[in-house]
Amino acid sequence: MKSQSTLRHDIGWALAALLVLSLLPLLTQSRVTLDFVIRLAAFGIFASSLNILVGYGGMVSFGHAMFFGSGAYVFGLLMQKTQVSIPVAMLGAIAFSGLLGLLIGAICVRLKEIYFSFLTLAFQMLIHSVILTWTSLTGGDQGLMGGIPRPPFLGINLSDHTTLYWFSCTLGVLCLLVMRVILQSPFGATLRMVRDSSERAVFLGIDVWRIKLYAFILSSCMASIGGVLMALFVSGAFPDFGYWTMSGDAIFMIMMGGLHVFIGPVVGAALLLLFNDIITRTTEYHGLALGLVVLLFALGFKRGITDFSLELLQKINRKGGKT
Amino acid sequence: MGTGLIVGSLLFLVAAGLTLIFGVLGVVNFAHGSFYMLGAYLALTAYRLTGNFAVAVMAAGIGVGLFGFLFERFLMRRVYKADVLMQLLVCYALVLIMDDIVKIVWGAEFLSMGMPETFHAPPFFIAGGVVPVFYVYLIAAAMLIALALWGILTFSRIGKIIRAAAQNPTMTSALGINTSLIYASVFAFGGVLAGLAGGLAAPVRSMSPGMGFSILIESFIVTVIGGMGSVSGALVGALLIGLIRSFGTIGFPLFVEGLMFLAMVLILILRPNGLLGKESRA
Repeated sequence: MKSQSTLRHDIGWALAALLVLSLLPLLTQSRVTLDFVIRLAAFGIFASSLNILVGYGGMVSFGHAMFFGSGAYVFGLLMQKTQVSIPVAMLGAIAFSGLLGLLIGAICVRLKEIYFSFLTLAFQMLIHSVILTWTSLTGGDQGLMGGIPRPPFLGINLSDHTTLYWFSCTLGVLCLLVMRVILQSPFGATLRMVRDSSERAVFLGIDVWRIKLYAFILSSCMASIGGVLMALFVSGAFPDFGYWTMSGDAIFMIMMGGLHVFIGPVVGAALLLLFNDIITRTTEYHGLALGLVVLLFALGFKRGITDFSLELLQKINRKGGKT
Repeated sequence: MGTGLIVGSLLFLVAAGLTLIFGVLGVVNFAHGSFYMLGAYLALTAYRLTGNFAVAVMAAGIGVGLFGFLFERFLMRRVYKADVLMQLLVCYALVLIMDDIVKIVWGAEFLSMGMPETFHAPPFFIAGGVVPVFYVYLIAAAMLIALALWGILTFSRIGKIIRAAAQNPTMTSALGINTSLIYASVFAFGGVLAGLAGGLAAPVRSMSPGMGFSILIESFIVTVIGGMGSVSGALVGALLIGLIRSFGTIGFPLFVEGLMFLAMVLILILRPNGLLGKESRA
């Protein structure tokens, strides 16, 4: 019964979030704000999907952007070269990335800690090199040029900016809800146990490799949806989508937002996008400014902002209880 | 072949510091590429001031060593107990900051030191191939440094302490050795190596902010292939990557990077702890 009530709770939050987001275009017509939310949806999904591995699975992947990139490229290529509709191309992108996740994950999740990180990084750079080299298919370092067509489907026309906004919000909230529900399920609990003590999990008869692999596949599929959204938004796909900097950004987002609160990565994504926008607008020394902000976070809070607030809240509660 | 060897020698110097820091502190120093970059730029300035290449390389080594020491004292040591990802974040922040500082001090455009006068000599002819004098000098210097490193680690007191601290830090500190100072000096040591590499590379590589990144990735590949924490593994890995690079450029010019990562993937699959690595530390 308890799990059902948390489920209802989560759906309630999701609906509330959707309501707020759908009111936003009525309040402001500012293109910048709506664009920000669309980007946030893409990166929020991406960062949260990485947190399945990092926060819940204890597997620090340095190569998560390969799935962001594969989602964007497969989606873009399907839309450009075939006549399929957007949802079909999207499913194709997810399926391809899931398969890629299965292949790469099957090899990677065997390795421990830092070696897992490096192997994922190596696979990502390998895929990045393939994208750069296979110019006839991917356009090389120019990326997928010529725009991605956005034919209407089911009466939804994504060429319209407001429609794209609603579509991104809905998809973003939906993906987060799906991830939340899966992570609250027995599978999620098992994954956390494997993270905390894989030996104990083995004694309980759990196939650790399989659980980790499932988590890896799930997170690759989710990351690819983030990539699809990004490709829809910028109407193209670029090698940078699959570059290490993109993985680095996702790790940043998680660390800034917090690992241990489900919504943390989304908060982190919002923060990083905001910082990036402000810094790019105000100074040419982008790295210096961002680096100082990051140092402040790493040395000041020593944890993500949501984790930090959660602990603060708990501390205050405890003190309040005592007096 | 010649380029393979010099790339390998430079990579070894950078990777040796990286692997040493990991072996002793268990920290993956993502800022190591910035150390190398700083070394190259410091060497450039020192060379312009003094006109002496040997002095320039020394200055690079000492300067970056000092920088590594300060970096450990003021930043890294605050996050040893925190999440590994926090260490990564601190290093990444440093990379971003250093790239911009270099941009401010030395400018964003590509710089080049040019070949110092001393090496304007007719090239050697070895086994039918033409080898510039500087290449021979560079490889000899790298080998000398490698030998010195091995000697220090094996025979000197500080080397023994470093190896002890790598194996069992608590025990070492219980024996009355100031491990926190050892940690800082290991960082300084890694900095010296990276700085020397940067200085030695200055005449043959053009410099730009962000140049640290590609060497960082390559030296990661080297350390992972050789086994994290193993200095001799770094040597093997560096030579391997150097050879892959020089032969790959002939066979598949566009896919050289891909080849290196392919090598890393294959070795990690077959030997998850690298060629000469020990069981991974818990």
